[in-house]
Amino acid sequence: MGLPTFKKGIHPNDNKSFTNHKPIEYLPIPEEVFIPLQQHIGVAGDVLVEKGQEVKTGQVIGKSEKFVSAPVHASITGTVKAVDQFLHPLGIKATMIHIEKTAEEDEWETINAPENWETASIEDLRNLIWQAGIVGLGGAAFPTHVKLAPPKEKEINTFILNGVECEPFLTADHRAMLEMGDKMLIGMSIIMKILGTENGYIGIENNKPDAIEIMNELVSKKFPAFKVVPLKVKYPQGAEKMLIEAIVKRRVPAGGLPMDVGTVVNNVGTALAVANAVVEGKPLIERIVTVTGQGITEPKNLMVRIGTPFKTLMESCGGLKESAIQVYMGGPMMGFAQYDMNVPIVKATSGIICQEKSDIFKKKTYPCIQCGNCVSVCPMNLLPTRLSSFAEMVKLEEAEEFGILNCIECGSCSYVCPSNIPLVQWIRVGKLQVSESKRKKVA
Amino acid sequence: MEEKTNEQEDQKSGPEGADPSLEKSTAPEKDGEKQEPVKKPETPAAKPKPAPAPKDPRDKLFKPEQTLIISSSPHFHTHDSVPKIMWSVVAALVPATVMAIYYFGMDTLIMIGSCVAAALVTEIIMNKMKGEGLTINDGSAAITGLLLALTLPPSLPISAGVIGSVFSISIGKQIFGGLGYNIFNPALLGRAFLQANFPVAMTTWTYPNTEKYAQIDAVTAATPLAQFKFDKIVANYGDLISGNVGGSLGETSALAVLIGGIFLLIMKYADWRIPVSYLGTVFILGGLFWFFSPGNYPDPVFHLLSGGLMLGALFMATDMVTSPITTAGSWIFGAGAGIVLVIIRLFGGVPEGVMYSILLMNAFTPLINRYTRPKYFGEVRA
Repeated sequence: MGLPTFKKGIHPNDNKSFTNHKPIEYLPIPEEVFIPLQQHIGVAGDVLVEKGQEVKTGQVIGKSEKFVSAPVHASITGTVKAVDQFLHPLGIKATMIHIEKTAEEDEWETINAPENWETASIEDLRNLIWQAGIVGLGGAAFPTHVKLAPPKEKEINTFILNGVECEPFLTADHRAMLEMGDKMLIGMSIIMKILGTENGYIGIENNKPDAIEIMNELVSKKFPAFKVVPLKVKYPQGAEKMLIEAIVKRRVPAGGLPMDVGTVVNNVGTALAVANAVVEGKPLIERIVTVTGQGITEPKNLMVRIGTPFKTLMESCGGLKESAIQVYMGGPMMGFAQYDMNVPIVKATSGIICQEKSDIFKKKTYPCIQCGNCVSVCPMNLLPTRLSSFAEMVKLEEAEEFGILNCIECGSCSYVCPSNIPLVQWIRVGKLQVSESKRKKVA
Repeated sequence: MEEKTNEQEDQKSGPEGADPSLEKSTAPEKDGEKQEPVKKPETPAAKPKPAPAPKDPRDKLFKPEQTLIISSSPHFHTHDSVPKIMWSVVAALVPATVMAIYYFGMDTLIMIGSCVAAALVTEIIMNKMKGEGLTINDGSAAITGLLLALTLPPSLPISAGVIGSVFSISIGKQIFGGLGYNIFNPALLGRAFLQANFPVAMTTWTYPNTEKYAQIDAVTAATPLAQFKFDKIVANYGDLISGNVGGSLGETSALAVLIGGIFLLIMKYADWRIPVSYLGTVFILGGLFWFFSPGNYPDPVFHLLSGGLMLGALFMATDMVTSPITTAGSWIFGAGAGIVLVIIRLFGGVPEGVMYSILLMNAFTPLINRYTRPKYFGEVRA
């Protein structure tokens, strides 16, 4: 008790013991990478390279001049073999740049980092983050430079570093805090300089006592302005709105953004990437991925290049067990199921989870018995059972009235439903339909 | 939209599996929102897969791999299920059933068995008529039969119990569409039906087979509530708690019902707000009347322990299907039932009103749900 948290939510088994004690391993530079142009929310970049062209590590290969977008970089030194449609881990086919390795050692093309970031201008820093192609590494992949450029009328007075990692199984952020906490806090300082705020919180769930300890130590030694906040373990605490409520007790208005309550939240991995870009001039070409689950021979935390096929990671983890029946990217609550192990790691890939059993496959679905479990766990205080039946019956007006667009798709409702009704899945369908019909009305 | 009919599928990765599955998922996906709902996970669609010529340049990398399940997140699920909840309710009724057999003899067992059997058979027949799969495994029909039997007078003919049970399942539940769709608690509706059709048999009571009543050779007995209503006699609490009084089969022992009810509350298979607000309202409102006129009205503890209130508050008002889903709604539902109950008990023509109070509030449940929609996170309501 006692520890701060948000209202409602669920307590799934966290399954983190597979990898939370394993140091991050650097995966050798892969033979080939597939780099999608679209790895973020917003506009996809244009291709800047052609087939046959030599590229260096860190070279920009896709970029758009639109604001809500992020460039992508070559993550290895090699030759462009193709620019074509390949399968994306989100289940769509997307344009990717296929690069084959030609050099064992990286030849870098870095971005122009300032000699001392503390004296650099805010514009330069923000521009650097854009150049480095940094997006939210927690899973949403929203371009970071956009998040760090709130409109003038929104005064930002609080920054929260999100080290919650509330999804079961994932330990990438946990290990990053343990092993790279120092650099991460430099990243956090840079972000806070850009935002012009002094209040920095680091939210960590209580199931990572070692991370809380290390962060506390670092903070007391070098960053006395920051405050580490241990949180009660609960899903979906890593969601921005929930985390803000837990730490600073502010409620983001419906349909609003964290900046409406003067707050910005970034993932710990994002802060790390910011430090890499601003201090070392390295664009975002690698990230930490947790490969875990009962279905993989040797679970690991791996530092991998963006674009590495899933298969390469799995091979380095001893391969998929024969008994594995499900593989998904991201956590078990919001992750995307995969059927082709050639899909590449993208910026938003926090983990690859291999399961030996499926909780929902072949499970019988019963009618809704109005038990209200979904209502009692919904962190957004919605009525999931109503919303899902509105979506099923295409009653869009009612769905909107009941706040369907506020759903954050955390999946808590589907998780607790004793009837095994695909609640959040229907709500996703409904959200899409409601926003489409709204768009039509405007047009 | 197409997604609606999609279902969870086995997808084989590898040269054969790759292309058809790619075709399925080429729909434009924004923010990863558009996903196939897992409509019927029980139908594994292992479709025959054509072997098209490899188009993807990466096909050279493909190895025939394992069959992987594709499903939409979340991939985790609780271990609770409808049958688990329903059978837990049956288990929670065991203490009350045991006490019923202890007080009213082995005939009770025949009555309970007949009611449950009639409920199950009716459910099967209705399943067949509706052309759907059998639903008796979910346990809800068994609960209805058992609950109905426990609310019947010990001397009621078995045939009447069976008729009530058939009515409960067919008219009380299945005619609305089966589990989850009924408006009224099926067991209570069945009991109301019997009350209307067998008014004498439904109000004829016998004493328990205990020493206390061995000397009394009266064939019929009065329930404590009736004794108070007509003769102002207050039964002693010990007998009310243990159940050593006249009354319906499973309702006499407040303690046995309470034990099962607390089990349900601990398992979170019943919403604690409903019994708390129901019993609390009866206690406070009944207490007020007693306070101002102790000679005319019974004391609040007597209210709580007598009649079918415990069974009603813990097992019938908390029926998930017919009670509100919102927190505020649960409080209103329980308080409303409490008010109705006290009015019937004190001013009505019949001594007991648990059945009517719950049935009446069942009718209000949809309205309560509508007007107690919680404010969603960050909502500003005018």
